[in-house]
Amino acid sequence: MTPRTVTMRVWRGDASGGDLKDYQVAAEEGEVVLDVLHRLQATQANDLAVRWNCKAGKCGSCSAEVNGVPRLTCMTRMNLLPPDEPITITPLRTFPVIRDLVTDVSFNYEKAKQAPAFKPRPREPDGTHRMRQQDIDRVQEFHKCIECFLCQDVCHFIRDHDDNKAAFAGPRMFVRYAELEMHPLDTNDRRQLLQDREGLGMCNITKCCTEVCPEGIHITDNAIIPLKERVVDARYDPVLWIGRKLRRRKS
Amino acid sequence: MAEHESHEFDVVVVGAGGAGLRAAIEASAQGARTALVCKSLLGKAHTVMAEGGIAAALGNVYPDDDWRVHFRDTLRGGKLLNNWRMVQIQAQEAPDRVLELEEWGALFDRTEDGRILQRDFGGHRYARLAHVGDRTGLEMIRTLQHHAVHKGIDVFMECTITCLLKDDERIAGAFGYWRESGRFLLFNAPAVVLATGGIGKAYKITSNSWEYTGDGHALALWAGADLIDMECVQFHPTGMVWPPSVRGILVTEGVRGDGGVLRNADGDRFMFGYIPQMFRAETADTEEEADRWYTDKQNARRTPDLLPRDEVARAINTETKEGRGSPHGGVYLDIANRRDAEYIKRRLPSMYHQFLQLADVDITREAMEVGPTCHYMMGGVRVDAETQASTVPGLFAAGEVAGGAHGANRLGGNSLSDLLVFGRRAGLHAAEYARGLTARPTVDPGQIDELARHALRPFDAAGSENPYAIQQDLQECMHALVGIIRTEDELAKALEELAMLQDRASRVRVEGHRQYNPGWHLALDLGPLLAVSECITRAALERRESRGAQTRDDYPTTDPELAKINVVVRQQTGELSTALETRPPLPDDLAKLLEDA
Amino acid sequence: MTSATDHVGETRVAIRTGPAATLRQDAWWIAPLVTVVVLGGFVLYGLWVTFINEDYYAEPYLSPFFSPCLADNCEHQTAEVVGDWWNLSPALLILPAPLGFRLTCYYYRKAYYRAFLWSPPACAVGDVRARYAGESRFPLILQNVHRVFFYLVLPFPFILLYDGIRAFDFADGFGMGVGTLVLLVNAVLLGAYTLSCHTCRHLCGGHVDSFSKSPRRYRAWQLVSFLNERHMQIAWVSLFGVALTDLYVRLVATDVIRDLRFF
Repeated sequence: MTPRTVTMRVWRGDASGGDLKDYQVAAEEGEVVLDVLHRLQATQANDLAVRWNCKAGKCGSCSAEVNGVPRLTCMTRMNLLPPDEPITITPLRTFPVIRDLVTDVSFNYEKAKQAPAFKPRPREPDGTHRMRQQDIDRVQEFHKCIECFLCQDVCHFIRDHDDNKAAFAGPRMFVRYAELEMHPLDTNDRRQLLQDREGLGMCNITKCCTEVCPEGIHITDNAIIPLKERVVDARYDPVLWIGRKLRRRKS
Repeated sequence: MAEHESHEFDVVVVGAGGAGLRAAIEASAQGARTALVCKSLLGKAHTVMAEGGIAAALGNVYPDDDWRVHFRDTLRGGKLLNNWRMVQIQAQEAPDRVLELEEWGALFDRTEDGRILQRDFGGHRYARLAHVGDRTGLEMIRTLQHHAVHKGIDVFMECTITCLLKDDERIAGAFGYWRESGRFLLFNAPAVVLATGGIGKAYKITSNSWEYTGDGHALALWAGADLIDMECVQFHPTGMVWPPSVRGILVTEGVRGDGGVLRNADGDRFMFGYIPQMFRAETADTEEEADRWYTDKQNARRTPDLLPRDEVARAINTETKEGRGSPHGGVYLDIANRRDAEYIKRRLPSMYHQFLQLADVDITREAMEVGPTCHYMMGGVRVDAETQASTVPGLFAAGEVAGGAHGANRLGGNSLSDLLVFGRRAGLHAAEYARGLTARPTVDPGQIDELARHALRPFDAAGSENPYAIQQDLQECMHALVGIIRTEDELAKALEELAMLQDRASRVRVEGHRQYNPGWHLALDLGPLLAVSECITRAALERRESRGAQTRDDYPTTDPELAKINVVVRQQTGELSTALETRPPLPDDLAKLLEDA
Repeated sequence: MTSATDHVGETRVAIRTGPAATLRQDAWWIAPLVTVVVLGGFVLYGLWVTFINEDYYAEPYLSPFFSPCLADNCEHQTAEVVGDWWNLSPALLILPAPLGFRLTCYYYRKAYYRAFLWSPPACAVGDVRARYAGESRFPLILQNVHRVFFYLVLPFPFILLYDGIRAFDFADGFGMGVGTLVLLVNAVLLGAYTLSCHTCRHLCGGHVDSFSKSPRRYRAWQLVSFLNERHMQIAWVSLFGVALTDLYVRLVATDVIRDLRFF
């Protein structure tokens, strides 16, 4: 196959504004969107700002929106996109633009600081922590998160409502809370915090976070909903509430 | 003075991969005001790419394993060029560091009785690698990252250090710029820990990301520190070879650890023809015995597919050169015919994913095509084994940027334990050093203007060179002339080409302005890239033998006498110089460990 | 943590703002449209069935919309619970439980939030509202009563199974018709829907942190998780199941079709 020429319609600009700009770029067999962006950068637009690192879908740096869909540009094959139409690349919409395709994702790092730390139970007498594989399978799914923040980007709760950011930690952080809450060794209880400060209740489970996750983490079904259910345990379940009252009276 | 912001710290850690994070955590725990500076976002450093596992003699799978065996394996894998004391420290301390990660929330795969599971890897006598599927690095960096965040360490993300500053002989701080805004910043700090990783971006085919431009090596060199073993650049035997855009991306050694085998175009398991004398006693010479070894380590010898990386990379190189390669210039790595699909998906999920998405290859049904890819720099800053202090007071180094721990060839899995063991030690001793000073060194403000002027030079209209073109030409040059197989003529030619590239780099020009401008960033990265390339080439010329990753076609044998020396590169009067310096000999009690087969 | 940024929350890409704005080029509107048609159709059918309040029993088949039938004005009373003062449709006595269960179900929430409330209509397509508080305030905070509805609907699959067993009891003795099969299948589908629900998954094991210490709960959790992964499919199939079961009984009751007897 010979190289073909594609039209890359790339958002260029910075905090003061910007616009989509068309470039004609060569694309070769087997390439991903990031390859073509790199060729554009090396040949026509040396200063095109693109954030990337591993180019193997492991670090989660090169997140952007390809034809309106949040994706890792390093894992988006060119041959999956309509061949004869311009390919539109825009920065993540939820976060403030720094320049071109690079956004300021510090929101996510600020939210991460608010999560109460992992607090393990004491070790066994032999100095080890004993856990079975079945104890950790569930949490290992959450540990696959590469922090690409595509879930944060697609979540309409902050994507379309900038004013909600202060009160909402976002799907990535709910995955983080889920891994801590379900960790077999952890002894902290973060349910109050989740409901009152981190905005777990604000999620209306439209599952877009799950749809865009490049690691295939079932964010909604395995992290957010189980957390919501744990909050229900503590606050909204009349049966468990009566059970707790009775037990307290007995003791 | 050029406009810049200033920060006061006791310890500045440059680089936020495994070593940098671990160093910062330790320095901060010692009470030092600690800054962690990284070129990327936090948690994106190259550690995230590590797949197979952390080598630590926990003895969970084979109780016979202990630090002595780990010591022996590492030294033999390193072709005896390692700093033996570093190897000893690493082998002894690695298990504690792994258990510590677990204490901080990491979840390694488990054995039946609930302990940390360990897997087989090249050059390791026993199953020794604590792992999480094939994404161990991610687990490690995320655990350290969360831990550091909760400790409240100051992190400077997307910030590049371009120069270390000295007060007389001692470190006084570091100068750099924010990638985001292009503004300059100055760290006033008596201790700096370099944890910047490697140099992979000097080569065309590499598993490394853009960050790996040899910053720490160059910063140390320019600050007057010694670099050792710079000729030892590891080519990982198994990188992807097709499609071209993913060429070099790593295929974990875990594929072979979990049963995958290498075959050439004729379907032969060619590794049986490449067993070197040193490993003959412990390597299987029939396919039957090699296959039996996966389940019976007591009565069978290990498969030659898991020889140390330098041996396998050379073998693949020979096979393809002699016309027995796969269609895209690699060889086949086959696990599909040897393990069932469920097992492969469970043990190697990201390999499965990577090949399916990027190459349309289902590794549970077909063989992968693989070939050597530039992977790791064994050489680096010469450090004290106990403290990780360089030859410049106040300058410390840990992880890939430090030299000595891995000798002429690193074993898989030893890198992650290196990061933890020596990261911790570097942070600890940097904090102690800073605490022990009676007077803080001060930065001469006159230097700032010069550094700022130098950094902004690519915006001046004078030049016309494209930084991307220079980097590409550099990578071509290093790959062709200072690659896996080297000769004196080619190395000399490389030096000439490097001089020309250096000249072109002085005329580099970038468009646009200082805000998040990758062209400018690359122009500034060319400095370290060219510096380390020259170091590698000069050191490779000096070592007139073949040892580990240094393979000289004109000196094909290993010279036992040269095991006793390090090639040292330094730049103390402006000019780069090399020296052959004798290493401390291996004590008898440790030498005995090597003999046990 | 330090960062060079001092414009957090300021400029975001200004293209694509406003309701349903998107750069997506695919037919993202198909899924919400299908949901509107199918879910809307079911609701309308249910309302019609409830309020015409007849033709829901064709011996020995009882429509699931009216089971259990608890008032004296039932065409076929399951149990005497309410008495003769109730003169509205007896379906109204029981339907709130399964209706509330489905309304607060985590899957249906996704479906109708997207299709009916357009918050958002599809992923990366603009939300229609200017402000949005999610499920943190009244009325949507009431979604948390899903747990209560789960407790309330637990008996229903058993009652429907009982109906299915009663559907072997014909006027001429023991037998089996297509209707018997329909009722049994419906009971199984509703059972599967209830069992596969996220609340059930949580209660039977999801709340445990160390599975190895509760092996029975772990096995239950694994089974429910298997079903839960198919919750969406089961939700739709069981919804069709209820409507088609009612339709079958109704067509037999109004003599539009004749029930085919196997024996």
